[in-house]
Amino acid sequence: MNAPLSPAASVAAASATALAFRRKPLVRTGALLAPAVAVLLLWMIVPLAMTLWFSVQRYNLLDPSISGFAGFDNYEFLLTDPVLPTVVLNTIKLLGGVLLASVVFGTLLAVLLDQDFFGRGIARLLVIAPFFVMPTVSALVWKNLLMHPVNGFFAWVATSLGFRSIDWFTDLPMAAIVTIVSWQWIPFATLILLTALQSLDREQIEAARMDGARGFTLLRFIILPHLARPISVVVMIETIFLLAVFAEILITTGGGPGQATTTLTYLIYLRALLEWDVGGASAGAVLAIVLANVVAFFLVRTVARNLDR
Amino acid sequence: MTNATAGRRPSPLAYGLMTVLGWTAALVMFFPIFWMLLSAFKREIDAIAVPPLLVFEPTLENFAAVQGRANYFGAAWNSIVISVGSTILGTLLALPAAYAMAFYPGPRTKDLLLWMLSTKMMPAVGVLVPLYLLFKNTGLLDTRTGLVIITTLANLPIIVWMLYSFFKEVPGEIIEASRMDGAKPFQQFALVLMPLALPGIASTALLSIILAWNEAFWTINLTAANAGPLTAFIASFSSPEGLFWAKLSAASTLAVAPILVFGWMTQRQLVRGLTFGAVK
Repeated sequence: MNAPLSPAASVAAASATALAFRRKPLVRTGALLAPAVAVLLLWMIVPLAMTLWFSVQRYNLLDPSISGFAGFDNYEFLLTDPVLPTVVLNTIKLLGGVLLASVVFGTLLAVLLDQDFFGRGIARLLVIAPFFVMPTVSALVWKNLLMHPVNGFFAWVATSLGFRSIDWFTDLPMAAIVTIVSWQWIPFATLILLTALQSLDREQIEAARMDGARGFTLLRFIILPHLARPISVVVMIETIFLLAVFAEILITTGGGPGQATTTLTYLIYLRALLEWDVGGASAGAVLAIVLANVVAFFLVRTVARNLDR
Repeated sequence: MTNATAGRRPSPLAYGLMTVLGWTAALVMFFPIFWMLLSAFKREIDAIAVPPLLVFEPTLENFAAVQGRANYFGAAWNSIVISVGSTILGTLLALPAAYAMAFYPGPRTKDLLLWMLSTKMMPAVGVLVPLYLLFKNTGLLDTRTGLVIITTLANLPIIVWMLYSFFKEVPGEIIEASRMDGAKPFQQFALVLMPLALPGIASTALLSIILAWNEAFWTINLTAANAGPLTAFIASFSSPEGLFWAKLSAASTLAVAPILVFGWMTQRQLVRGLTFGAVK
Protein backbone atom coordinates (compact mmCIF):
# COMPACT_ATOMS: atom_id res chain seq x y z
CA MET A 1 0.00 0.00 0.00
CA ASN A 2 2.56 2.51 1.16
CA ALA A 3 5.42 1.25 -0.97
CA PRO A 4 7.36 4.10 -2.60
CA LEU A 5 5.93 4.92 -6.00
CA SER A 6 7.66 6.38 -9.01
CA PRO A 7 6.96 10.13 -9.35
CA ALA A 8 4.72 9.60 -12.34
CA ALA A 9 2.76 6.88 -10.64
CA SER A 10 2.28 8.95 -7.49
CA VAL A 11 1.03 11.90 -9.51
CA ALA A 12 -1.37 9.62 -11.30
CA ALA A 13 -2.46 8.14 -8.00
CA ALA A 14 -2.92 11.58 -6.49
CA SER A 15 -5.05 12.83 -9.34
CA ALA A 16 -7.03 9.61 -9.27
CA THR A 17 -7.65 10.14 -5.57
CA ALA A 18 -8.60 13.75 -6.14
CA LEU A 19 -11.03 12.68 -8.81
CA ALA A 20 -12.40 9.98 -6.61
CA PHE A 21 -12.97 12.51 -3.87
CA ARG A 22 -14.78 14.81 -6.20
CA ARG A 23 -17.03 12.11 -7.49
CA LYS A 24 -17.40 9.66 -4.67
CA PRO A 25 -18.97 11.71 -1.88
CA LEU A 26 -22.44 11.32 -3.33
CA VAL A 27 -22.09 7.56 -3.28
CA ARG A 28 -20.28 7.39 0.02
CA THR A 29 -22.52 9.70 1.99
CA GLY A 30 -25.50 7.72 0.82
CA ALA A 31 -24.22 4.71 2.71
CA LEU A 32 -23.24 6.83 5.70
CA LEU A 33 -26.59 8.55 5.89
CA ALA A 34 -28.76 5.58 5.14
CA PRO A 35 -28.98 3.94 8.59
CA ALA A 36 -29.96 7.11 10.46
CA VAL A 37 -32.33 8.29 7.75
CA ALA A 38 -33.95 4.89 7.37
CA VAL A 39 -34.74 4.41 11.04
CA LEU A 40 -36.02 7.96 11.43
CA LEU A 41 -38.17 7.55 8.36
CA LEU A 42 -39.69 4.37 9.75
CA TRP A 43 -40.10 6.00 13.15
CA MET A 44 -41.94 8.89 11.59
CA ILE A 45 -44.08 7.22 8.97
CA VAL A 46 -45.22 3.91 10.44
CA PRO A 47 -46.79 5.15 13.69
CA LEU A 48 -48.16 8.24 11.99
CA ALA A 49 -49.84 6.18 9.28
CA MET A 50 -51.22 3.83 11.93
CA THR A 51 -52.59 6.73 13.98
CA LEU A 52 -54.30 8.17 10.91
CA TRP A 53 -55.71 4.77 10.02
CA PHE A 54 -56.97 4.02 13.54
CA SER A 55 -58.55 7.44 13.75
CA VAL A 56 -61.08 6.48 11.08
CA GLN A 57 -61.76 3.03 12.53
CA ARG A 58 -64.15 1.72 15.15
CA TYR A 59 -61.66 -0.06 17.33
CA ASN A 60 -61.87 -0.80 21.03
CA LEU A 61 -59.55 -3.33 22.60
CA LEU A 62 -62.09 -4.18 25.29
CA ASP A 63 -64.88 -4.92 22.87
CA PRO A 64 -63.83 -6.74 19.69
CA SER A 65 -67.43 -6.62 18.40
CA ILE A 66 -66.91 -2.92 17.66
CA SER A 67 -65.10 -2.74 14.36
CA GLY A 68 -65.15 -1.37 10.86
CA PHE A 69 -64.73 1.90 9.10
CA ALA A 70 -65.89 4.88 11.14
CA GLY A 71 -65.36 7.71 8.70
CA PHE A 72 -65.07 10.90 10.65
CA ASP A 73 -67.17 9.65 13.58
CA ASN A 74 -64.21 9.60 15.96
CA TYR A 75 -63.36 13.17 15.05
CA GLU A 76 -66.97 14.22 15.36
CA PHE A 77 -67.19 12.56 18.75
CA LEU A 78 -63.96 14.24 19.86
CA LEU A 79 -64.90 17.69 18.60
CA THR A 80 -68.41 17.58 20.09
CA ASP A 81 -67.23 16.03 23.36
CA PRO A 82 -68.33 18.40 26.14
CA VAL A 83 -64.97 17.99 27.91
CA LEU A 84 -62.96 19.12 24.88
CA PRO A 85 -63.26 22.90 25.52
CA THR A 86 -62.14 22.36 29.13
CA VAL A 87 -59.28 20.16 28.01
CA VAL A 88 -58.10 22.62 25.38
CA LEU A 89 -58.37 25.46 27.88
CA ASN A 90 -56.36 23.44 30.42
CA THR A 91 -53.69 22.76 27.83
CA ILE A 92 -53.50 26.49 27.06
CA LYS A 93 -53.39 27.39 30.77
CA LEU A 94 -50.55 24.98 31.43
CA LEU A 95 -48.66 26.07 28.34
CA GLY A 96 -49.25 29.79 28.87
CA GLY A 97 -48.49 29.69 32.58
CA VAL A 98 -45.24 27.82 32.24
CA LEU A 99 -44.10 29.81 29.20
CA LEU A 100 -44.80 33.10 30.97
CA ALA A 101 -42.98 31.96 34.09
CA SER A 102 -39.97 30.64 32.21
CA VAL A 103 -39.58 33.70 30.01
CA VAL A 104 -39.98 36.21 32.86
CA PHE A 105 -38.00 34.37 35.52
CA GLY A 106 -35.59 32.90 33.00
CA THR A 107 -34.69 36.38 31.75
CA LEU A 108 -34.38 37.78 35.27
CA LEU A 109 -32.22 34.88 36.41
CA ALA A 110 -30.06 35.01 33.29
CA VAL A 111 -29.41 38.74 33.70
CA LEU A 112 -28.73 38.22 37.39
CA LEU A 113 -26.36 35.30 36.84
CA ASP A 114 -24.53 37.30 34.20
CA GLN A 115 -23.47 39.83 36.85
CA ASP A 116 -20.25 39.56 38.73
CA PHE A 117 -20.83 38.34 42.28
CA PHE A 118 -19.35 36.08 44.92
CA GLY A 119 -19.73 32.37 44.19
CA ARG A 120 -21.49 32.97 40.88
CA GLY A 121 -20.36 29.64 39.41
CA ILE A 122 -21.95 27.67 42.26
CA ALA A 123 -25.11 29.80 42.22
CA ARG A 124 -25.45 29.06 38.52
CA LEU A 125 -25.20 25.31 39.12
CA LEU A 126 -27.88 25.51 41.80
CA VAL A 127 -30.24 27.44 39.53
CA ILE A 128 -30.03 25.04 36.60
CA ALA A 129 -30.18 21.90 38.78
CA PRO A 130 -34.00 21.42 38.62
CA PHE A 131 -33.78 20.82 34.89
CA PHE A 132 -31.94 17.55 35.51
CA VAL A 133 -34.44 16.16 38.00
CA MET A 134 -36.62 13.46 36.47
CA PRO A 135 -40.30 14.48 36.16
CA THR A 136 -41.59 11.78 38.48
CA VAL A 137 -39.21 12.85 41.25
CA SER A 138 -40.04 16.53 41.00
CA ALA A 139 -43.76 15.78 40.94
CA LEU A 140 -43.59 13.62 44.05
CA VAL A 141 -41.22 15.88 45.98
CA TRP A 142 -43.45 18.90 45.33
CA LYS A 143 -46.67 17.00 45.95
CA ASN A 144 -45.58 15.55 49.27
CA LEU A 145 -42.65 17.33 50.84
CA LEU A 146 -43.63 20.85 49.81
CA MET A 147 -47.33 21.06 48.90
CA HIS A 148 -48.93 18.57 51.26
CA PRO A 149 -51.72 20.47 53.07
CA VAL A 150 -50.78 19.18 56.54
CA ASN A 151 -47.18 18.03 56.63
CA GLY A 152 -45.79 19.96 53.70
CA PHE A 153 -43.23 22.72 54.00
CA PHE A 154 -45.52 25.33 52.40
CA ALA A 155 -48.33 24.49 54.84
CA TRP A 156 -45.95 25.16 57.71
CA VAL A 157 -44.84 28.48 56.18
CA ALA A 158 -48.46 29.54 55.64
CA THR A 159 -49.64 28.62 59.13
CA SER A 160 -46.64 30.20 60.83
CA LEU A 161 -47.41 33.44 58.99
CA GLY A 162 -50.97 33.20 60.23
CA PHE A 163 -52.62 32.06 56.99
CA ARG A 164 -54.65 28.94 56.34
CA SER A 165 -52.66 26.28 54.54
CA ILE A 166 -53.67 25.70 50.93
CA ASP A 167 -54.80 22.30 49.78
CA TRP A 168 -53.02 22.78 46.46
CA PHE A 169 -54.21 19.80 44.49
CA THR A 170 -57.85 20.27 45.53
CA ASP A 171 -58.23 24.04 45.49
CA LEU A 172 -55.66 25.21 42.96
CA PRO A 173 -54.75 22.07 41.02
CA MET A 174 -53.75 23.76 37.77
CA ALA A 175 -51.72 26.43 39.55
CA ALA A 176 -49.93 23.67 41.45
CA ILE A 177 -49.02 21.81 38.27
CA VAL A 178 -47.96 25.01 36.52
CA THR A 179 -45.70 25.74 39.49
CA ILE A 180 -44.06 22.33 39.40
CA VAL A 181 -43.55 22.32 35.65
CA SER A 182 -42.28 25.91 35.70
CA TRP A 183 -39.74 24.95 38.32
CA GLN A 184 -38.41 22.35 35.90
CA TRP A 185 -38.37 24.62 32.84
CA ILE A 186 -37.23 28.00 34.22
CA PRO A 187 -33.68 26.60 34.47
CA PHE A 188 -33.80 25.63 30.80
CA ALA A 189 -34.77 29.17 29.82
CA THR A 190 -32.11 30.57 32.15
CA LEU A 191 -29.39 28.38 30.70
CA ILE A 192 -30.22 29.31 27.11
CA LEU A 193 -30.65 33.02 27.77
CA LEU A 194 -27.47 33.11 29.82
CA THR A 195 -25.56 31.53 26.95
CA ALA A 196 -27.06 34.11 24.61
CA LEU A 197 -26.14 36.97 26.94
CA GLN A 198 -22.57 35.81 27.06
CA SER A 199 -22.34 35.99 23.30
CA LEU A 200 -23.49 39.63 23.40
CA ASP A 201 -20.87 41.81 21.86
CA ARG A 202 -18.80 43.46 24.59
CA GLU A 203 -17.89 46.35 22.34
CA GLN A 204 -21.52 47.14 21.71
CA ILE A 205 -22.11 47.35 25.44
CA GLU A 206 -19.05 49.48 25.98
CA ALA A 207 -20.16 51.81 23.20
CA ALA A 208 -23.62 52.14 24.75
CA ARG A 209 -21.97 52.80 28.07
CA MET A 210 -19.78 55.51 26.55
CA ASP A 211 -22.95 57.11 25.26
CA GLY A 212 -24.18 57.20 28.81
CA ALA A 213 -26.47 54.15 28.87
CA ARG A 214 -26.73 52.73 32.38
CA GLY A 215 -28.69 50.08 34.25
CA PHE A 216 -32.25 50.06 33.01
CA THR A 217 -31.56 51.82 29.72
CA LEU A 218 -28.84 49.34 28.92
CA LEU A 219 -31.17 46.47 29.81
CA ARG A 220 -34.12 47.87 27.87
CA PHE A 221 -32.37 48.94 24.68
CA ILE A 222 -29.36 46.67 24.34
CA ILE A 223 -29.79 43.49 26.34
CA LEU A 224 -33.48 42.68 25.91
CA PRO A 225 -33.48 43.25 22.13
CA HIS A 226 -30.48 40.93 21.93
CA LEU A 227 -32.49 38.31 23.82
CA ALA A 228 -35.53 38.52 21.55
CA ARG A 229 -34.48 35.66 19.30
CA PRO A 230 -33.21 33.32 22.03
CA ILE A 231 -36.48 33.96 23.89
CA SER A 232 -38.47 32.94 20.83
CA VAL A 233 -36.36 29.79 20.59
CA VAL A 234 -37.06 29.04 24.26
CA VAL A 235 -40.79 29.55 23.70
CA MET A 236 -40.89 27.24 20.71
CA ILE A 237 -38.83 24.43 22.19
CA GLU A 238 -40.65 24.57 25.51
CA THR A 239 -43.99 24.52 23.70
CA ILE A 240 -43.09 21.25 22.06
CA PHE A 241 -42.03 19.68 25.33
CA LEU A 242 -44.88 21.22 27.34
CA LEU A 243 -47.55 19.87 25.01
CA ALA A 244 -46.24 16.48 26.13
CA VAL A 245 -46.31 17.07 29.91
CA PHE A 246 -47.58 13.81 31.32
CA ALA A 247 -45.88 12.33 34.39
CA GLU A 248 -46.43 15.44 36.50
CA ILE A 249 -50.20 15.22 35.93
CA LEU A 250 -50.40 11.46 36.31
CA ILE A 251 -48.64 11.56 39.65
CA THR A 252 -50.16 14.61 41.27
CA THR A 253 -53.81 14.92 40.24
CA GLY A 254 -54.49 12.20 37.67
CA GLY A 255 -56.21 14.87 35.59
CA GLY A 256 -58.61 15.85 38.38
CA PRO A 257 -60.36 16.97 40.39
CA GLY A 258 -63.04 16.42 37.76
CA GLN A 259 -61.30 17.48 34.55
CA ALA A 260 -59.54 20.43 36.16
CA THR A 261 -56.06 19.32 35.09
CA THR A 262 -56.81 17.08 32.11
CA THR A 263 -54.78 18.32 29.17
CA LEU A 264 -54.96 17.06 25.60
CA THR A 265 -52.04 14.71 26.18
CA TYR A 266 -53.62 13.35 29.32
CA LEU A 267 -57.02 12.94 27.64
CA ILE A 268 -55.47 10.87 24.86
CA TYR A 269 -53.71 8.74 27.47
CA LEU A 270 -57.02 8.20 29.30
CA ARG A 271 -58.83 7.25 26.09
CA ALA A 272 -56.05 4.97 24.95
CA LEU A 273 -54.70 3.11 27.93
CA LEU A 274 -57.60 3.28 30.38
CA GLU A 275 -60.64 3.09 28.10
CA TRP A 276 -58.77 1.23 25.32
CA ASP A 277 -60.68 3.25 22.75
CA VAL A 278 -58.09 3.10 19.99
CA GLY A 279 -60.18 4.98 17.44
CA GLY A 280 -61.10 7.84 19.77
CA ALA A 281 -57.59 8.17 21.16
CA SER A 282 -56.15 8.28 17.65
CA ALA A 283 -58.46 11.10 16.62
CA GLY A 284 -57.20 13.05 19.63
CA ALA A 285 -53.64 12.13 18.69
CA VAL A 286 -54.10 13.57 15.21
CA LEU A 287 -55.29 16.82 16.81
CA ALA A 288 -52.19 16.87 19.03
CA ILE A 289 -49.92 16.23 16.06
CA VAL A 290 -51.51 19.06 14.10
CA LEU A 291 -51.09 21.45 17.05
CA ALA A 292 -47.45 20.47 17.55
CA ASN A 293 -46.74 20.88 13.86
CA VAL A 294 -48.00 24.44 13.82
CA VAL A 295 -45.36 25.26 16.43
CA ALA A 296 -42.77 23.07 14.78
CA PHE A 297 -43.18 24.96 11.54
CA PHE A 298 -42.05 28.20 13.15
CA LEU A 299 -39.24 26.55 15.08
CA VAL A 300 -37.85 24.86 11.99
CA ARG A 301 -37.96 28.16 10.15
CA THR A 302 -35.97 29.90 12.87
CA VAL A 303 -33.40 27.13 12.97
CA ALA A 304 -33.15 27.14 9.18
CA ARG A 305 -32.42 30.84 9.15
CA ASN A 306 -29.65 30.22 11.62
CA LEU A 307 -28.12 27.45 9.51
CA ASP A 308 -27.52 29.92 6.70
CA ARG A 309 -25.38 32.21 8.76
CA MET B 1 -16.36 34.48 32.04
CA THR B 2 -17.07 38.02 31.08
CA ASN B 3 -20.04 39.93 32.19
CA ALA B 4 -22.58 41.94 30.34
CA THR B 5 -23.77 44.87 32.34
CA ALA B 6 -20.59 45.72 34.17
CA GLY B 7 -17.61 45.96 31.90
CA ARG B 8 -15.39 47.13 34.69
CA ARG B 9 -15.05 46.09 38.28
CA PRO B 10 -18.41 46.79 40.00
CA SER B 11 -18.58 48.98 43.06
CA PRO B 12 -18.42 47.08 46.38
CA LEU B 13 -22.05 47.99 47.03
CA ALA B 14 -23.26 46.61 43.70
CA TYR B 15 -21.10 43.53 44.19
CA GLY B 16 -22.58 42.92 47.63
CA LEU B 17 -26.14 43.50 46.44
CA MET B 18 -25.69 41.16 43.49
CA THR B 19 -24.23 38.51 45.77
CA VAL B 20 -27.28 38.67 48.02
CA LEU B 21 -29.74 38.69 45.10
CA GLY B 22 -27.93 35.97 43.18
CA TRP B 23 -27.67 33.63 46.13
CA THR B 24 -31.27 34.22 47.18
CA ALA B 25 -32.45 33.24 43.71
CA ALA B 26 -30.13 30.23 43.65
CA LEU B 27 -31.27 28.96 47.04
CA VAL B 28 -34.96 29.40 46.19
CA MET B 29 -34.56 27.42 42.97
CA PHE B 30 -32.51 24.73 44.67
CA PHE B 31 -34.65 24.46 47.80
CA PRO B 32 -36.87 21.53 46.67
CA ILE B 33 -33.79 19.47 45.88
CA PHE B 34 -32.13 20.48 49.14
CA TRP B 35 -35.26 19.56 51.06
CA MET B 36 -35.43 16.16 49.36
CA LEU B 37 -31.78 15.58 50.18
CA LEU B 38 -32.35 16.50 53.81
CA SER B 39 -35.47 14.34 54.11
CA ALA B 40 -33.56 11.36 52.76
CA PHE B 41 -31.50 11.34 55.97
CA LYS B 42 -34.47 11.71 58.34
CA ARG B 43 -36.43 9.01 60.11
CA GLU B 44 -39.95 8.70 58.65
CA ILE B 45 -41.42 10.32 61.73
CA ASP B 46 -39.04 13.29 61.40
CA ALA B 47 -39.71 13.67 57.70
CA ILE B 48 -43.38 14.48 58.27
CA ALA B 49 -42.84 16.50 61.45
CA VAL B 50 -44.61 19.85 61.75
CA PRO B 51 -42.86 22.25 62.16
CA PRO B 52 -40.28 20.78 59.77
CA LEU B 53 -36.98 19.78 61.32
CA LEU B 54 -33.76 21.38 60.18
CA VAL B 55 -31.76 19.77 62.94
CA PHE B 56 -32.26 16.06 63.46
CA GLU B 57 -30.39 12.88 64.03
CA PRO B 58 -29.33 11.77 60.55
CA THR B 59 -29.88 8.16 59.58
CA LEU B 60 -28.92 6.03 56.62
CA GLU B 61 -31.75 3.57 57.17
CA ASN B 62 -33.79 4.94 54.25
CA PHE B 63 -31.04 4.18 51.80
CA ALA B 64 -30.78 0.68 53.22
CA ALA B 65 -34.57 0.29 53.02
CA VAL B 66 -34.83 1.52 49.43
CA GLN B 67 -34.45 -2.02 48.13
CA GLY B 68 -37.01 -3.44 50.57
CA ARG B 69 -40.18 -1.79 49.29
CA ALA B 70 -39.66 -2.67 45.66
CA ASN B 71 -36.84 -3.79 43.43
CA TYR B 72 -34.76 -0.61 43.39
CA PHE B 73 -31.62 -2.20 41.99
CA GLY B 74 -33.59 -3.81 39.19
CA ALA B 75 -35.02 -0.42 38.25
CA ALA B 76 -31.63 1.26 38.49
CA TRP B 77 -30.13 -1.43 36.26
CA ASN B 78 -32.94 -0.89 33.74
CA SER B 79 -32.23 2.84 33.76
CA ILE B 80 -28.55 2.21 33.12
CA VAL B 81 -29.17 -0.32 30.35
CA ILE B 82 -31.74 1.89 28.63
CA SER B 83 -29.83 5.15 28.81
CA VAL B 84 -26.39 3.73 28.01
CA GLY B 85 -27.74 1.29 25.43
CA SER B 86 -29.74 3.91 23.57
CA THR B 87 -26.80 6.33 23.70
CA ILE B 88 -24.39 3.81 22.18
CA LEU B 89 -26.87 2.76 19.52
CA GLY B 90 -27.85 6.36 18.77
CA THR B 91 -24.24 7.51 18.53
CA LEU B 92 -23.34 4.64 16.20
CA LEU B 93 -26.20 5.58 13.90
CA ALA B 94 -25.53 9.31 14.14
CA LEU B 95 -21.73 9.41 13.76
CA PRO B 96 -21.56 8.44 10.07
CA ALA B 97 -24.55 10.63 9.21
CA ALA B 98 -23.18 13.69 11.02
CA TYR B 99 -19.74 13.09 9.49
CA ALA B 100 -21.16 12.89 6.00
CA MET B 101 -23.28 16.01 6.40
CA ALA B 102 -20.52 18.07 8.00
CA PHE B 103 -17.70 17.17 5.61
CA TYR B 104 -19.43 16.16 2.40
CA PRO B 105 -22.41 18.48 2.34
CA GLY B 106 -24.63 18.06 -0.68
CA PRO B 107 -27.42 20.23 -2.02
CA ARG B 108 -29.94 18.42 0.17
CA THR B 109 -27.95 18.37 3.42
CA LYS B 110 -29.74 21.30 4.96
CA ASP B 111 -33.16 19.89 4.17
CA LEU B 112 -32.11 16.57 5.62
CA LEU B 113 -31.00 18.20 8.87
CA LEU B 114 -34.22 20.12 9.19
CA TRP B 115 -36.25 17.02 8.41
CA MET B 116 -34.44 15.13 11.18
CA LEU B 117 -35.21 17.96 13.53
CA SER B 118 -38.86 17.86 12.54
CA THR B 119 -39.15 14.20 13.55
CA LYS B 120 -38.40 15.38 17.07
CA MET B 121 -41.50 17.58 16.93
CA MET B 122 -43.86 14.63 16.81
CA PRO B 123 -45.68 14.63 20.14
CA ALA B 124 -45.12 11.29 21.84
CA VAL B 125 -48.76 11.00 22.75
CA GLY B 126 -49.64 11.29 19.07
CA VAL B 127 -48.10 7.90 18.39
CA LEU B 128 -48.76 6.24 21.75
CA VAL B 129 -51.57 4.02 20.50
CA PRO B 130 -49.81 2.50 17.48
CA LEU B 131 -46.57 1.99 19.39
CA TYR B 132 -48.37 0.36 22.28
CA LEU B 133 -50.09 -2.01 19.87
CA LEU B 134 -46.90 -2.68 17.91
CA PHE B 135 -45.06 -3.43 21.14
CA LYS B 136 -47.87 -5.65 22.37
CA ASN B 137 -47.96 -7.66 19.17
CA THR B 138 -44.18 -8.08 18.92
CA GLY B 139 -43.66 -8.93 22.58
CA LEU B 140 -41.60 -5.78 23.17
CA LEU B 141 -43.95 -4.45 25.84
CA ASP B 142 -42.17 -4.19 29.18
CA THR B 143 -38.78 -5.18 27.77
CA ARG B 144 -35.53 -3.25 27.95
CA THR B 145 -34.96 -3.91 24.25
CA GLY B 146 -38.20 -2.15 23.40
CA LEU B 147 -37.30 0.89 25.46
CA VAL B 148 -33.78 1.06 24.07
CA ILE B 149 -35.29 1.17 20.58
CA ILE B 150 -37.82 3.88 21.43
CA THR B 151 -35.32 6.00 23.33
CA THR B 152 -32.74 5.72 20.57
CA LEU B 153 -35.22 6.89 17.97
CA ALA B 154 -36.53 9.69 20.16
CA ASN B 155 -33.03 11.07 20.80
CA LEU B 156 -31.40 10.34 17.46
CA PRO B 157 -32.20 13.75 15.89
CA ILE B 158 -30.64 15.55 18.85
CA ILE B 159 -27.54 13.37 18.71
CA VAL B 160 -27.12 13.93 14.96
CA TRP B 161 -27.53 17.68 15.35
CA MET B 162 -25.14 17.98 18.21
CA LEU B 163 -22.46 15.86 16.52
CA TYR B 164 -22.97 17.80 13.32
CA SER B 165 -22.41 21.10 15.08
CA PHE B 166 -19.24 19.79 16.75
CA PHE B 167 -17.91 18.39 13.48
CA LYS B 168 -18.58 21.73 11.81
CA GLU B 169 -16.12 23.30 14.22
CA VAL B 170 -13.26 21.02 13.22
CA PRO B 171 -11.28 23.01 10.65
CA GLY B 172 -11.75 21.47 7.24
CA GLU B 173 -8.06 22.11 6.46
CA ILE B 174 -6.97 19.47 8.94
CA ILE B 175 -9.07 16.83 7.24
CA GLU B 176 -7.90 18.18 3.87
CA ALA B 177 -4.27 17.91 4.95
CA SER B 178 -4.66 14.33 6.10
CA ARG B 179 -6.36 13.56 2.80
CA MET B 180 -3.38 15.02 0.95
CA ASP B 181 -1.16 12.77 3.01
CA GLY B 182 -3.12 9.86 1.65
CA ALA B 183 -5.44 9.07 4.51
CA LYS B 184 -8.44 7.04 3.41
CA PRO B 185 -11.86 8.44 4.39
CA PHE B 186 -12.14 5.94 7.20
CA GLN B 187 -8.65 6.86 8.42
CA GLN B 188 -9.53 10.54 8.24
CA PHE B 189 -12.54 9.77 10.35
CA ALA B 190 -10.97 7.46 12.89
CA LEU B 191 -7.47 8.90 13.24
CA VAL B 192 -7.89 12.61 12.54
CA LEU B 193 -11.45 13.61 13.25
CA MET B 194 -12.30 11.40 16.22
CA PRO B 195 -9.50 12.60 18.51
CA LEU B 196 -10.39 16.22 17.68
CA ALA B 197 -14.11 15.75 18.15
CA LEU B 198 -13.91 13.48 21.18
CA PRO B 199 -14.89 16.15 23.74
CA GLY B 200 -17.90 17.01 21.59
CA ILE B 201 -18.85 13.37 21.24
CA ALA B 202 -18.53 12.93 25.00
CA SER B 203 -20.88 15.81 25.76
CA THR B 204 -23.31 14.56 23.14
CA ALA B 205 -23.30 11.17 24.82
CA LEU B 206 -23.82 12.77 28.23
CA LEU B 207 -26.81 14.76 27.00
CA SER B 208 -28.27 11.64 25.43
CA ILE B 209 -27.85 9.75 28.72
CA ILE B 210 -29.49 12.60 30.64
CA LEU B 211 -32.48 12.75 28.30
CA ALA B 212 -32.90 8.97 28.28
CA TRP B 213 -32.54 8.71 32.07
CA ASN B 214 -35.27 11.29 32.70
CA GLU B 215 -37.67 10.17 29.96
CA ALA B 216 -40.96 9.51 31.71
CA PHE B 217 -43.64 9.15 29.03
CA TRP B 218 -42.60 5.98 27.24
CA THR B 219 -41.12 4.39 30.33
CA ILE B 220 -44.34 4.74 32.31
CA ASN B 221 -46.64 3.71 29.48
CA LEU B 222 -44.66 0.86 27.96
CA THR B 223 -43.17 -0.85 31.00
CA ALA B 224 -44.33 -2.60 34.15
CA ALA B 225 -42.47 -4.58 36.80
CA ASN B 226 -39.95 -6.16 34.46
CA ALA B 227 -38.28 -3.36 32.48
CA GLY B 228 -39.43 -0.32 34.46
CA PRO B 229 -36.53 2.09 35.02
CA LEU B 230 -36.16 4.57 37.87
CA THR B 231 -38.70 7.06 36.47
CA ALA B 232 -41.37 4.35 36.67
CA PHE B 233 -40.03 3.05 39.99
CA ILE B 234 -40.34 6.48 41.61
CA ALA B 235 -43.82 6.89 40.13
CA SER B 236 -44.87 3.81 42.09
CA PHE B 237 -44.41 5.85 45.28
CA SER B 238 -47.42 7.91 44.27
CA SER B 239 -49.98 5.13 44.64
CA PRO B 240 -50.29 4.80 48.40
CA GLU B 241 -50.92 8.20 49.90
CA GLY B 242 -48.92 6.66 52.76
CA LEU B 243 -46.25 8.64 54.48
CA PHE B 244 -43.05 7.17 53.17
CA TRP B 245 -41.45 10.53 52.56
CA ALA B 246 -38.02 9.67 53.88
CA LYS B 247 -37.83 6.52 51.74
CA LEU B 248 -39.23 8.39 48.76
CA SER B 249 -36.57 11.05 49.27
CA ALA B 250 -33.78 8.51 49.58
CA ALA B 251 -34.85 6.68 46.44
CA SER B 252 -35.25 9.99 44.60
CA THR B 253 -31.85 11.24 45.72
CA LEU B 254 -30.18 8.12 44.40
CA ALA B 255 -32.10 8.40 41.13
CA VAL B 256 -31.29 12.07 40.57
CA ALA B 257 -27.73 12.44 41.87
CA PRO B 258 -25.70 10.89 39.03
CA ILE B 259 -27.65 12.72 36.33
CA LEU B 260 -27.39 16.01 38.17
CA VAL B 261 -23.62 15.65 38.16
CA PHE B 262 -23.63 14.80 34.45
CA GLY B 263 -25.82 17.82 33.79
CA TRP B 264 -23.52 20.13 35.66
CA MET B 265 -20.51 18.75 33.80
CA THR B 266 -22.02 19.35 30.41
CA GLN B 267 -24.12 22.48 30.97
CA ARG B 268 -22.28 24.60 28.44
CA GLN B 269 -22.47 22.18 25.50
CA LEU B 270 -26.01 21.25 26.40
CA VAL B 271 -27.43 24.47 25.04
CA ARG B 272 -26.48 23.72 21.48
CA GLY B 273 -27.94 20.23 21.66
CA LEU B 274 -31.20 21.44 23.10
CA THR B 275 -31.66 24.39 20.74
CA PHE B 276 -30.39 22.68 17.58
CA GLY B 277 -27.75 25.35 17.22
CA ALA B 278 -30.30 28.16 17.21
CA VAL B 279 -28.55 29.70 20.22
CA LYS B 280 -24.78 29.77 20.47
